[in-house]
Amino acid sequence: MYKPEEHNVICTVCPIGCRLTVIREEHEPDGYKVIGGVCKRGEKFGVKEVTNPTRTVTSTVAIEGGLLPRLPVRTEKDIPKHLNYELMKLINQVKLQAPVKIGEVVVANVFDTGVNVIATRSMRAVK
Amino acid sequence: MQHYEVVIVGGGPAGLAAAIEARKNGAQSVVVLERDRELGGILQQCIHHGFGLVVFNEELTGPEYAERFIDELMELGIEYRLETMVLEVNADKTIRAISPSDGMIEIQAKAIVLNMGCRERTRGAIAIPGFRPAGVFSAGTAQRFVNMEGYMVGKRVVILGSGDIGLIMARRMALEGAKVLAVAEIMPYSGGLTRNIVQCLHDYDIPLYLSHTITEVRGKERVEGVTIAEVDENRKPMTGTEKHYDCDTLLLSVGLIPENELSRGAGIQLDPVTGGPIVNEAMETSVPGIFASGNVVHVHDLVDWVTEESRRAGAYAARYVQNKLVEDASVIASRPGDGIGYVVPHKVRPENLNDKLAIFMRVKEVFHDAKLVVKADGEVVYSRKKRHMAPGEMEIVQIDAQKLKDLKPAELLVSVEGGETVHV
Ligand SMILES: Cc1cc2nc3c(=O)[nH]c(=O)nc-3n(C[C@H](O)[C@H](O)[C@H](O)COP(=O)(O)OP(=O)(O)OC[C@H]3O[C@@H](n4cnc5c(N)ncnc54)[C@H](O)[C@@H]3O)c2cc1C
Ligand code: SF4
Repeated sequence: MYKPEEHNVICTVCPIGCRLTVIREEHEPDGYKVIGGVCKRGEKFGVKEVTNPTRTVTSTVAIEGGLLPRLPVRTEKDIPKHLNYELMKLINQVKLQAPVKIGEVVVANVFDTGVNVIATRSMRAVK
Repeated sequence: MQHYEVVIVGGGPAGLAAAIEARKNGAQSVVVLERDRELGGILQQCIHHGFGLVVFNEELTGPEYAERFIDELMELGIEYRLETMVLEVNADKTIRAISPSDGMIEIQAKAIVLNMGCRERTRGAIAIPGFRPAGVFSAGTAQRFVNMEGYMVGKRVVILGSGDIGLIMARRMALEGAKVLAVAEIMPYSGGLTRNIVQCLHDYDIPLYLSHTITEVRGKERVEGVTIAEVDENRKPMTGTEKHYDCDTLLLSVGLIPENELSRGAGIQLDPVTGGPIVNEAMETSVPGIFASGNVVHVHDLVDWVTEESRRAGAYAARYVQNKLVEDASVIASRPGDGIGYVVPHKVRPENLNDKLAIFMRVKEVFHDAKLVVKADGEVVYSRKKRHMAPGEMEIVQIDAQKLKDLKPAELLVSVEGGETVHV
């Protein structure tokens, strides 16, 4: 028996957390039908979550000469979720020197996604 | 003795917003006293994103959110002192503090805003049998170690408590290469946001066990393992449901308690439910001229509401200093009714309101399709249908101030009506 591709997804756009079912359907504009959500935002989220799930990654990098030994960073925008661990490997090799300004690019264009990793705080140099 | 108009105790997001707003509302001399090496409070260790959607309409990380306020504080030239620990606040608005550079300081303030935040509940507060080996951390302490000091606390981790801090730390540890074996939650529902369950647990294949608790911690010097078991409806572990884990680290995320030693010392009345001061519409405590806002009053899940509340506290403190706060006004008691755990503020003097009264509250259980209703001496002044309410998510109700000025009720009662309670 033919069974269309189906995914269970929890919508994380707002705190209600609707449980969505995303079903493959050729003639839908996005190729999928989304049921179980309360609003349109959930439909968009559901399709994206099964076709190209993305996340913002936040972490820290090593820094010398500042108040603290670690500097918090994040991806400027979401990146594909499957790159999370690769990204961690990449940024764990970074070592910065204080001072650093908030928003400064720490690693440019990671894995050719067009997304930069940026500093999320300023850290001035201390002796 | 030094003199200031407004003294802010604590330089976290609450203290920063209160200081800025006090200055903008005409207070001439304002000083922030912070015991830490820098401003920003707990936000400096919350490197994850999810802050600022209400205040800035963007998703910021904790440090980014803090830096915006720190910058504004500097631009306004507001004085602040770091590594300055406040030891004593008195009802006559004198303050004693100590710092390595200035030694003991005494300050006479005209108004004080308390913004000391929360501390974490510790293992003592939850009583787990077993030794007290190394490797047991509160989740917030671990967060500070990992995110600010760069010290990884362990390799194989079990987490007790599924509030947001526990969930955030589960992801953080997993990303840093630790194996997070399980999150155990004694309640039948998680105290954290759905979004955090998905992005912190599901994304990293970390199992969440609801209605489970830790029954044993093994190891004498260092944690060697823990046992978790399912609990019955009276939260008693059931024999035969035990699961054993070999791990080197146990993180406890079992709640926060407002930090109110200083408030008690000043003779400020506390609410036994929130653990924080009883406050009025001005965020003024039971001692006139001493205000409080942020996590010291009640635990907030969103820093945006900390900011909103603290801006009010700062603005009213400035008004108090200028003798513009009506003190001997009629007082409305605001109270939690059915389904509501607590409300803040506890008292309202309508004469002092601007255009709206904001009431913050928490429901006691998870409700679906229920109504949140506010009655002024029995008359409905607010009613809204809610798809979803949960104890982990603070609810905010805005009431038209003019209505209260006209009605002059003795009581405002907030309750949940209809709907179904949900047990997941
Ligand atoms: C681990 C964690 C994760 C969180 N995640 C989120 C999130 O994802 N999104 C979100 O919106 N919110 C989040 N929050 C909530 C938000 O961070 C807090 O609500 C907010 O930081 C509270 O601000 P505050 O100023 O009241 O307290 P705090 O930030 O705790 O600041 C209190 C300050 O007072 C100082 N202080 C205390 N006592 C004294 C004294 N005696 N003398 C001098 N100084 C003193 C402390 O050093 C501290 O700097 C999180 C909170 C925690 C703990
Ligand atoms: S579908 Fe809409 S209502 Fe449901 S969780 Fe997503 S955004 Fe919220």
